[in-house]
Amino acid sequence: MPTLLGERIKRKEDPRLIQGRGHYVDDFKLDGMVHMAFARSVHAHARVKRVNTEAARALPGVIAVYTGADLKGKVGLVPCAAGMEGLKVPEHPCLAIDTVNYVGEPVAAVVAHDRSVARDAVDLIEIDYDPLPAVVDPEKALAPDAPRVHEKLADNVAFVAKLEGGDWKAVEADSSLKVIKQRMINQRLAPVSMETRGVIASYSPGEDTLTVWSSTQIPHILKTQLALMSGVDEARTRVIAPEVGGGFGSKLNVYGEEGVACYVSKQLGKPVKWIEGRRENLLGTIHGRDQINDLEVYATPEGKVVGLKCWIIADLGAYHQLLTPAIPTLTALMIVGSYNIRNVFVETKGVFTNKMATDAYRGAGRPEATYIIERAMDLVAHELKLDPAAVREVNFPSPKEFPLSLPTGVTYDSANYQKTLKKALKLSGYAKLRKEQERLRKKGKYIGIGLSTYVEICAMGPSSRMPAGGWEFGAVHVDPTGKVTVLSGTSPHGQGEETSFAQIVADGLGVPFDDVTVFHGDTFQVPIGIGTFGSRTTAVGGTAIYEAVLRLKKKMSRIAAHKLGIKPGELEFKDGKIQTADGQKSLSFVEVAGEAIFAKQLPPGIEPGLSEQCVFEPSNYTFPFGAHVAVVEVDAETGEVRLRNYYAVDDCGRILNPMLVDGQIHGGLAQGIGQAMWEEHVYDENGQLVTGTLMDYAVPKSFQFPWFDTEATETRSPVNPLGVKGVGEAGTIGSTPAVVNAVVDALAPFGVKHVDMPLKPEKIWRLMKDGVKA
Amino acid sequence: MKIRVKLNGQAREDDVEPRLLLVQYLREVAGLTGTHIGCETSICGACTVLLNGEAVKSCTLFAVQADGAEILTIEGLAQDGELHPLQQGFWEEHGLQCGFCTPGMILAAHQLLRRNPHPSREEIRKGLEGNLCRCTGYQHIVKAVEWAAQKIG
Repeated sequence: MPTLLGERIKRKEDPRLIQGRGHYVDDFKLDGMVHMAFARSVHAHARVKRVNTEAARALPGVIAVYTGADLKGKVGLVPCAAGMEGLKVPEHPCLAIDTVNYVGEPVAAVVAHDRSVARDAVDLIEIDYDPLPAVVDPEKALAPDAPRVHEKLADNVAFVAKLEGGDWKAVEADSSLKVIKQRMINQRLAPVSMETRGVIASYSPGEDTLTVWSSTQIPHILKTQLALMSGVDEARTRVIAPEVGGGFGSKLNVYGEEGVACYVSKQLGKPVKWIEGRRENLLGTIHGRDQINDLEVYATPEGKVVGLKCWIIADLGAYHQLLTPAIPTLTALMIVGSYNIRNVFVETKGVFTNKMATDAYRGAGRPEATYIIERAMDLVAHELKLDPAAVREVNFPSPKEFPLSLPTGVTYDSANYQKTLKKALKLSGYAKLRKEQERLRKKGKYIGIGLSTYVEICAMGPSSRMPAGGWEFGAVHVDPTGKVTVLSGTSPHGQGEETSFAQIVADGLGVPFDDVTVFHGDTFQVPIGIGTFGSRTTAVGGTAIYEAVLRLKKKMSRIAAHKLGIKPGELEFKDGKIQTADGQKSLSFVEVAGEAIFAKQLPPGIEPGLSEQCVFEPSNYTFPFGAHVAVVEVDAETGEVRLRNYYAVDDCGRILNPMLVDGQIHGGLAQGIGQAMWEEHVYDENGQLVTGTLMDYAVPKSFQFPWFDTEATETRSPVNPLGVKGVGEAGTIGSTPAVVNAVVDALAPFGVKHVDMPLKPEKIWRLMKDGVKA
Repeated sequence: MKIRVKLNGQAREDDVEPRLLLVQYLREVAGLTGTHIGCETSICGACTVLLNGEAVKSCTLFAVQADGAEILTIEGLAQDGELHPLQQGFWEEHGLQCGFCTPGMILAAHQLLRRNPHPSREEIRKGLEGNLCRCTGYQHIVKAVEWAAQKIG
């Protein structure tokens, strides 16, 4: 039977978006709507002595000004959902009260009839500060005499988490093992979704209802939190995620500005809009990565890695956002990568600094893990003078070993790492490239070939391992006209699940693809849900829909069989009909819908209506994987790195729509390569953000990338009946180490064995000029 | 100040504040919200529109600077319900994900194809360097523009 699953189908989302007819938060205008703007801290750390709002209040058009003192006790704190043993959680008010702890922290909110007037009024607010020493370097923050970010806390350590497995006594006693040590820096990044954050809060005093439009990835979680923060009954709180212009994890959060908007709307009885500016976005939307990793690798002379130790210092910033402390713990969870390493030790220290919070940015803890282990494999190859591909092969588990339990405490579902690597080596012409490299080196030209054979953890996740539930909701309704409505608790924002979910449903019910409409993102329409993050939408949300379709088919089969006088098991759904395998007896899909909904002669025990739902609880995460090859040229005169070729073979389980998978891979690659080559969110020694505009923060541009050559293998996941794994973050997770490995490989003749990111020309040029100091 | 423009083929006259940006005029006065604001500093290109046929970043022009001009925004690109080849190309080749950069990207590509009807992939990438996309990695955008170039002939 032909199937829609696996077909390249154009997106249902696109017609509105390519005509400028989609509606993002800023595109909504409500009657009586007022605008909000924030005065923000200019200091990384200071006591707030006085906030003078008089001049701002006096500006014509200004309706109200609120300070932290005004909101104290009236709006809930910014929430953190990550629960860990011994975690220190500093109070995080929506507006700073006594102290400010990072540049950009909101101090006061202005409400005006006009957005420009609100911004003008912000400039009239006078804030008297008493500056305090700023804690900027997370390593120095650990010193016993270091200034503290939070006076009420004993030190700057938010948590220490240890993960240990295997038999370290035996490993350490084995003198035949080579021990390789390396420090690596995983620099701070900015997510930079093209649409900044934005919110409209609209409180109706008569009905006591709060409606919030927010550019969010998690409307249902946000609804719960805003109800708690604002004191409006959750049943009367509605969150709508309209068109969302990218998130990459940065909108998997609950922000103080949203809490303030709800409070202000409740106070004024008017809709309040706040749209984040780009400078505010770079200052005050969560950042990603920012870890220092000290690594020890224990390897046999043959290149088999027996043990891995890593000490992680994670710069958390000043406060916890929704998942801040949980993110670096994902690094520990995935530190052995795609290798069967039986002895592991990871100590993760989460450290407070006077900076914006770090939190989930595409990959969220796993790019760091992949970077560590994939660099480690190259360090082993370098040390033992082995080919990096060979070292990887020595350490891969065999496909027969899956499901594979690891000392990190996770069980990988399914994989064939040998197959993806083989395919990537062939696709890139690896053997030829090595010969070319040798030839060019003799001419003083330096190309480098870098591998990454990553694995990631996604389809987040079993509820037992998630802070606020890891299940997902899906529902399918059939209308009397035979049209099908699908509801999902996920909240896609560019990934294209309006299309892939419709494929699942149209395929299952045998109805035209155009007859299926997918809705998501409105908590009044979709009763429960978790959201879109952690590459979970298709594997968890898609499965919920798939299961709801099966339930619906079961019911429709019983109704049709009753009508046709046959057994329900004999019926199939095909071409808008429900029919026997030989096609002799059939009813149209619409006829059966009518039978069910008008309920004139239903079989006994069958309820009227055609509406089924499923809350899918995954039994495990899924573990997509792949093999990437980056080829770079390093200019010996300037140190400039040119990415010449990029080859990616990814396995995200069963592919539902190859076009969408390619899109996810490409976008992921751009962000992962961006980290390796250009991106870096920089604070100076006083805690001032240096890269506060898009002139300073290097979002990659179109001409900076080569053509991405992509291929796929499909190893189905046993965790869900669709066999899908997830692909939203794979490109980002896999690509960063491939590029760095390529550049280090290019610089091998200069004695280089490691370079920290981003791979700026100046850094590379110095290494080539001066070589590496012994 | 009074300005007169021809916006997506329709003449209109408005009284605007001198400091009103062109993008605010389009979005807030004319109600055309297809033009987006991504950075406010002329870097990202989300606000790109055609002013007398030239691609401009409408976040760094005042509305009064457009007085007397013809303006084309994304809403004016399809004719009689038929998508422009660039719009069709972005749909066919998956040239968009979240869609936020897309209107600006399409209008920048419009200028590119007018100046160079058969650009190479490198020329497309160079031609679109003033427009940022964080979702697609640009490759499908390049294919979308190639699709349109071929269609236009």
